Amino acid sequence: MNETLMIAGMALVTFSVRYVMFAMAGRIRFPLWLNQSLNFVPPVVLTAIIAPLILMPNGQLDVSFANPYFWAALIAGVIGFWRQHLLTTIVVGMLSFVIFKWMMS
Amino acid sequence: MSLSKSTEFINGAKATIPLIIGAIPFGIIFGTLAEPSGLSIWGAMAMSLFVFAGSSQFIAVGLLAAGVGPVIIVATTFVVNLRHLLYATALVNKVSHLSQAWRAVLAFGLTDESFAAVNSRYLGRTDTAHAHWFFLGSVVAMYSNWQVCTWLGIGLGELFPNMTEWGLDFAMSVTFLGMVIPYLRNKPMWLSVISASAFALVLHDLPHQLGLVIAALSGICIGYASQQIDIRMRIAKATAGTNEEHKL
Repeated sequence: MNETLMIAGMALVTFSVRYVMFAMAGRIRFPLWLNQSLNFVPPVVLTAIIAPLILMPNGQLDVSFANPYFWAALIAGVIGFWRQHLLTTIVVGMLSFVIFKWMMS
Repeated sequence: MSLSKSTEFINGAKATIPLIIGAIPFGIIFGTLAEPSGLSIWGAMAMSLFVFAGSSQFIAVGLLAAGVGPVIIVATTFVVNLRHLLYATALVNKVSHLSQAWRAVLAFGLTDESFAAVNSRYLGRTDTAHAHWFFLGSVVAMYSNWQVCTWLGIGLGELFPNMTEWGLDFAMSVTFLGMVIPYLRNKPMWLSVISASAFALVLHDLPHQLGLVIAALSGICIGYASQQIDIRMRIAKATAGTNEEHKL
């Protein structure tokens, strides 16, 4: 029962956040500065989510050879800039991760 | 000349495939994490069916495993998903002509992945008469994949109880990394992303993902400020140039 309520609550807040702007479409106008700031939102939020996952997988900063997350992300980043192709970046990153992880075990 | 509805729908699904590949291990690992965290099989499936928000589902399972109560989990979900408000804001002008039912369906499916695919569909294009079908195609592809992967993960979690140690969580990181790269085309963007990472690392220990929220807001402010400085410097240079022409 507790679980049902929790999931219902999560579904409600998630949907509300995604829907409120679409529901009010056209009736909320943003000033220019806000519109310009919004361009930064996706890259900034995604980076803020992954930076700790990649650079501190065990809770503290780790850029040593013992951190496969860091090295695989570095390789994926370089390939990503070079090829500019999303699927290549993801596949190369995951393969590098598996190889690093295997080398370190 | 605008594309037909079915072409748009298929293109939307196709454009989402690379992002789906990153989400597959992510969905599976969510399924495998559910049982050890104390979530029932039904609960894990219901979360994917009704919440449909990968990173907050992950965080919820992590908090459950740590014994955190449902109210805080719902509040954390809200904070972590606030970024979707900004995605919706970026797309609202593209959907404002649609019916409320259409908008509700598209909003329900407004994940990071579909936003990335749909946003690049609209960028710099005017043939958008049926582009909401592209949006729908992306959402349907992402949603069905997420359900299948959750279900697979629940099954695999029962078969291999130590699968959570394989590091499949890297799939989410590398997918998000790949999504960030196309944005990094000018100095303000770089500056905002680098400062957001620095803040996220330093504030990592703050409870309930508060560090993430502060890091994102700081990154946005720094990016916006440096863009304004950049624009003003260009204007100053341009006017200095015309002044010199006048002298000649």
